[in-house]
Amino acid sequence: MRTSVTGRWALRAVALAAAISTSLGSSFALAADPVKIGSVVSATGPAAFLGDPEAKTLKLYVEELNKKGGLLGRPVELVLYDDGGDANKAKTFATRLVEDDKVVAMVGGTTTGTTMAMIPVFEDAKVPFISLAGAIEIIEPVREFVFKTPHTDKTACQKIFEDMKAKGFTKIGMISGTDGFGKSMRAQCLKVIGDYGITVLVDENYGASDSDMTPQLNKIKNTAGIQAVLNPGFGQGPAIVTRNYAQLGITLPLYESHGVASKSYVDLAGPAADGVRLPAPALLVADKLAADDRQKAVVMEYKTIYEKATGQPVSTFGGYAFDGMQLMVKAIETAKSTDPQKIRDALENTKDYVGVTGIYTMSAKDHLGLGTDSFRLLLIKGGDWVIEGK
Amino acid sequence: MAEFLQLVFSGLTVGAVYALVALGFTLIYNASDVINFAQGDFVMIGGMGTVFLAAAGIALPLAALMAIVGAVIVGLLLHRLAIEPARGASPVALIMITIGASIFIKGIAQVVFDKQFHSLPAFSGDTPIQVGGATILPQSLWVMGVALGLFVALYLFLEKTLLGKALLATAANRLAARLVGVNVTIILALAFGVSAAIGAIAGVVVTPITLTRYDVGTMFALKGFAAAMVGGMGNPLGAVVGGLLIGLLEAFGAGYISSTYKDAVAFVVILLVLFFLPRGLFGGRSVERV
Repeated sequence: MRTSVTGRWALRAVALAAAISTSLGSSFALAADPVKIGSVVSATGPAAFLGDPEAKTLKLYVEELNKKGGLLGRPVELVLYDDGGDANKAKTFATRLVEDDKVVAMVGGTTTGTTMAMIPVFEDAKVPFISLAGAIEIIEPVREFVFKTPHTDKTACQKIFEDMKAKGFTKIGMISGTDGFGKSMRAQCLKVIGDYGITVLVDENYGASDSDMTPQLNKIKNTAGIQAVLNPGFGQGPAIVTRNYAQLGITLPLYESHGVASKSYVDLAGPAADGVRLPAPALLVADKLAADDRQKAVVMEYKTIYEKATGQPVSTFGGYAFDGMQLMVKAIETAKSTDPQKIRDALENTKDYVGVTGIYTMSAKDHLGLGTDSFRLLLIKGGDWVIEGK
Repeated sequence: MAEFLQLVFSGLTVGAVYALVALGFTLIYNASDVINFAQGDFVMIGGMGTVFLAAAGIALPLAALMAIVGAVIVGLLLHRLAIEPARGASPVALIMITIGASIFIKGIAQVVFDKQFHSLPAFSGDTPIQVGGATILPQSLWVMGVALGLFVALYLFLEKTLLGKALLATAANRLAARLVGVNVTIILALAFGVSAAIGAIAGVVVTPITLTRYDVGTMFALKGFAAAMVGGMGNPLGAVVGGLLIGLLEAFGAGYISSTYKDAVAFVVILLVLFFLPRGLFGGRSVERV
């Protein structure tokens, strides 16, 4: 009996101690205001396949960061909104981030549409904004407070043309999709193609939902002097082009775009995909990267952490968010301040940051900072990727 | 010559796909004057259903059969839950209902299946057949063969069987059909079920060529509708000829003029046909008098 009474007393003492320590803990947290970083992504809606891995990555990374003691000795708070792919909503949330939440930096903007809608808000408020969307219009012309992490179509074109030039191809045929991706990439490619001394002899296209491209490919086949064929496209179009290419027995090297750098393209195109070349981010071939590859460590680490936490295969889109947050955190550390202006200056001075997507070196003229080395040129062999050259 | 032949093969392949979808429009239109814009989604269900059942380890022929049965069930439900309750509505209202149903089916398909593109292995391999310097895939022959088979079956059904005649009678005058003892509700349900089966069969044979995704139905419905209109809505022969014609026009447009104007070439011809023959190439010549 007596022992049980002592036991009860002991319990009370522990409970009291616990209560005191919790209240102390919270008062400590109050003392160190969190660093507020905002984000608006399209975690649901039509762009969910982009936004969902982004949202998961951001949350995961901020958690990890807080476990390691946060930033500048303060915890980090992620204020995350889901715009559902709607540009109007994105703008409303952006305004809320600036006016109500008073964030010091922003990492988000899943699509080009939502990003463009949010740019004026952050430019006016002078808050640095790293976008996760593809289009080159986001950073060209350069805006003071706007940066982005995903590589552009232009970089992909340059990567492909570099390889063509090295192999001595100077006359090529092009067959592009007429969807947004195909159109934009075709335009970007034609803009830089002159730098590599390559000319386009046949420039064909196809509709996004077409199911047979043999007439266009037949034209390319019957044009004398063509040494290689480039197919800027997205979705199922390139898979059908690849199949028709094999059906017609065309033996010229075929280059696909980074838009189909995924296992599903290889599965859809089947054996016809053998011998196709395409530029792809390092993340796609993480386990095949050479041991001395500078990106190997960071890519493998992100892949392991993400797949362990979410149980889903890692995607390049989540990688954009990882790099965006990492760049922002590095900038805040370098600036040793949460003053948005100082963060922006530090961001612009980012030098040689090795990320998942590539190695970033920004400048006043370049708010993306990726070169063609952010892509690997892959060859498809027996249904698997082989890294070609550098 | 080889180039011409290649374009013909391309046109026939694509055209046979359109023809198969157009055939599906025929029955429901014949029975109810409704143009069922969910027809393309039956094609999708046939393709996607087979892909997913085959992935679950079921043999391809059985998977295809189950997918076709699944599409028939969807077709019957479409009739029972959406068309039948709106029995008295005008054809235009019913057409709108089918558009709504189409959007609904796409939404469900995103959840039941997924949002990725899928393919099926070709039935007789991927080795192209060489003819006079041009190539054609064995699967294209399958598509053409199935289109031909379905056309003959549908023609015989409508012209030679009592049930087929009852269906045509229902379309011509619902009240009169009922007076001579035709169970109109069952006939309409039959039309939806068989149309769904035709669509799903089309989906199974075209998927190795066109690939499939939850939303491919829209493209199929539009092209198949155009084919059915050119051929004369409601006529099985018209559906086949219309489909092949549009396929060939697209191929020649892309091959000889420019791929940019491929669709424009096809649509200009469609407009011309409908301008001079408003009821299509094989449509009835009857004029409605008011």
